[in-house]
Amino acid sequence: MKLRIKFAKRGYMKFVGHLDTMRYFQKAIRRADIDIAYSEGFNPHQLMSFAAPLGVGMTSEGEYMDIVVKSATSSEAIKKSLNETMVEGMEIISVVKLPDDSKNAMSIVAAADYSIKYREGYEPDIDIKSKFDEFLSQESIIITKKTKKSEKEVDIRPSIYEAKYADGIFELKLASASGEYLKPDLVFQAFNNYCGITDGKCTELKLALLINRVEVYAKNDNGFIPLEGLGGSF
Amino acid sequence: MRKLALPDEVLLSVEKPERYIGNEVNMVRKNPADVDIRFVMCFPDVYEIGMSHLGIQILYDMFNRRDDVYCERVYSPWKDLDKVMREKKIPLFAIESQDPIKEFDFLGITLQYEMCYTNVLQILDLSGIPLMAKERTEDDPIVFGGGPCSYNPEPLADFFDVFYMGEGEKQYYRIFDIYKEHKKSGGTRKEFLEKVAEVPGMYVPMFYDVSYNEDGTIKEFKKNNEHAKDKIVKQLVVDMGNPDENAEFNYYPRKPLVPFIKATQDRVVLEIQRGCIRGCRFCQAGMVYRPVRERNIEFLKKLAYDMLHSTGHEEISLSSLSSSDFSHLEEIVNYLIDEFHGKGVNISLPSLRIDAFSLDVMSKVQDIRKSSLTFAPEAGSQRMRNVINKGLTEEVILKGASEAFHGGWNRVKLYFMLGLPTETIEDMEGIAELAEKVAEVYYEIPKDQRNGKVQVTASSSFFIPKPFTPFQWTRMCTKEEFLGKAKIVNAKMKMMLNKKSIKYNWHEADVSELEGLLARGDRKVCKTVLRAYELGALYDAWGDSFDNDIWEKAIEETGIDMDFYITRERSYDEILPWDFIDIGVTKKFLMREYENAKQEKVTPNCRMNCSGCGAMTFGGGVCFEAKN
Repeated sequence: MKLRIKFAKRGYMKFVGHLDTMRYFQKAIRRADIDIAYSEGFNPHQLMSFAAPLGVGMTSEGEYMDIVVKSATSSEAIKKSLNETMVEGMEIISVVKLPDDSKNAMSIVAAADYSIKYREGYEPDIDIKSKFDEFLSQESIIITKKTKKSEKEVDIRPSIYEAKYADGIFELKLASASGEYLKPDLVFQAFNNYCGITDGKCTELKLALLINRVEVYAKNDNGFIPLEGLGGSF
Repeated sequence: MRKLALPDEVLLSVEKPERYIGNEVNMVRKNPADVDIRFVMCFPDVYEIGMSHLGIQILYDMFNRRDDVYCERVYSPWKDLDKVMREKKIPLFAIESQDPIKEFDFLGITLQYEMCYTNVLQILDLSGIPLMAKERTEDDPIVFGGGPCSYNPEPLADFFDVFYMGEGEKQYYRIFDIYKEHKKSGGTRKEFLEKVAEVPGMYVPMFYDVSYNEDGTIKEFKKNNEHAKDKIVKQLVVDMGNPDENAEFNYYPRKPLVPFIKATQDRVVLEIQRGCIRGCRFCQAGMVYRPVRERNIEFLKKLAYDMLHSTGHEEISLSSLSSSDFSHLEEIVNYLIDEFHGKGVNISLPSLRIDAFSLDVMSKVQDIRKSSLTFAPEAGSQRMRNVINKGLTEEVILKGASEAFHGGWNRVKLYFMLGLPTETIEDMEGIAELAEKVAEVYYEIPKDQRNGKVQVTASSSFFIPKPFTPFQWTRMCTKEEFLGKAKIVNAKMKMMLNKKSIKYNWHEADVSELEGLLARGDRKVCKTVLRAYELGALYDAWGDSFDNDIWEKAIEETGIDMDFYITRERSYDEILPWDFIDIGVTKKFLMREYENAKQEKVTPNCRMNCSGCGAMTFGGGVCFEAKN
């Protein structure tokens, strides 16, 4: 039986990296006595996969992992037993059962919502609202992406599906597929470029932005659908 | 939510911020305002190392069982954070409450190896606690030291208020009670230390004066405070085999801490026994933890179950100095395999003798193709092994290797020591010859039954004489001598028929020499440790951090004569810096053992025959096994 677990990673848990988050959940599942399935072989590992890694420093209200279990009582029971063993800052939000033929979360991620604000003292000294609207109204937003081997220019505008700024908070829906993945800080690098800001605290993007991932989506004929929407409670 | 001591700006700029944020699974939370005593337990090395230490987990659990105590943890900030904390003047803090160390009542530092001594000073320094115990005031925590290196506390005597000799389970509750009384009555720091000095096992260095002869040896070691004791007797849990988990001193955590980052020991650790019956003459642990005390088998089974469940670890490891000597080994191992192995739990069995039983077990719980077998002959020739009283014979090693090779293993590790007392060229070359013989055993197997090539890795460390061993009087080699010996072995290795199947590597000689100084040093060495720290020495146990030039400079500036501490053979009537400690094992026994070593005479292990070491005085353990 395939289950999809949605969880939140809040507060200081943002300092726990992706690999350690995976290790944390492997142990949590054992503590909660979830009847998870293991791979064959001498060093069996839990059948568990994560939808999308979350960078260190980012919080989230919408993280996903898929697991295969040999048996399970109900969505509520699993959620409850996992939540009883969570540390402060980690919370299970939902557990749904997936159809047997469903693809794993990682392969179907298409987009993600982010809620972003500037850390206090790191705001740029501009009229953010009007500049951001201008920035978005461009037909293309070219940015130089540096890889280990080369630099290439890419247009990130098509990967920004939705964006708005109000009351000090940016709300973005960005492409998050493996072929088309837009890191939220790249949007702000482009925004800084657009505003002609080359130094100052707001260019230290790792520190300047407080990024919270709100939801992760797959895409089907009806548009974007939260990953938990592909399964149902049981 | 707790507020962290370090701002995001700092945490996002250092490696592995998870080292400093706490909030681990099974972390104990208390309101500091609700307790009478705040204790912070320190392992003076980086978090991943410190979190792997069983002793702290035992004491953390034990202390926190009391409602009036809140025990927290602190580890050495890594070099990147160390720099930031100095620049920004951020005081060192405890992981749980994130409060400054300076606000605590007690700071307890475990001393597991000599090369952490400069890290001890870092902890004090970053906490804003005066490095010298004598300069501390009523506002400073009481600084306790413990762990194996406290068996010669003298090179750190200036920096500690108290050294606790022995196992923490025994006296800490009593010390807490004294402290509570003391706080109520409003006594001074000195008055408290005087009360502590009266508790068995407690050594308050400032209550003793040492005078020296012209040749640098100790003339007199004398107390200067009437509350201090002449002899400090090691404390230990006598009734370790009690099946009742609520029995006095029978502490063991049911819910060990589980770090977010992968600690060195990322598994449940089940301590099956303390001490060792073997009596290898170089081994300090084998002497200071005497007598051997086994834990109760039913107690262990329940512990294993509870800890695996509360941590979610996927591995459990047995811990002891020599697991093969545990009377219920088969029972506990079979229990673990039957109960947990099918549930994705790995079982790791370090310090096992290689024999039919252990090979059978290992073939069940390990992937033979990926694992290697470890033998610790410690010396290359039988003569040398008799000198050090290492019972392992060549016959046993080769038989074990043969059985292992037939079972499918093809990788073997061999551990040796170089620079042992009375060592000859033949003994050194014996290392290469033994490695060769192991390889040859492999090639005796018909080709079609072999599993590829064999790989024999021989490693040698350099012998460092330790206090409270029969070799505590012996001369230690210089680093030049050590390297010369390694060269002899290496040259011989190259002459071996199967040299392509054998790899040989040896330990750093610089560090070994320094470890020798710190292991057998006296109070005069305190200023050398301090000077090295001032000159920038830190994380000396880490190869890439260790800076020999700094230490050489510190040694020179503080007038330390390395020959005096390293290459000098001590006489039996010399007062050794640690003579005031009573570990149960008598000096007379150690002398007898040193003489036996010189005569290449083997002493039987504790179960074969009692050799009258003196540990029977504690009234328990293996000394009374037959009489039970």
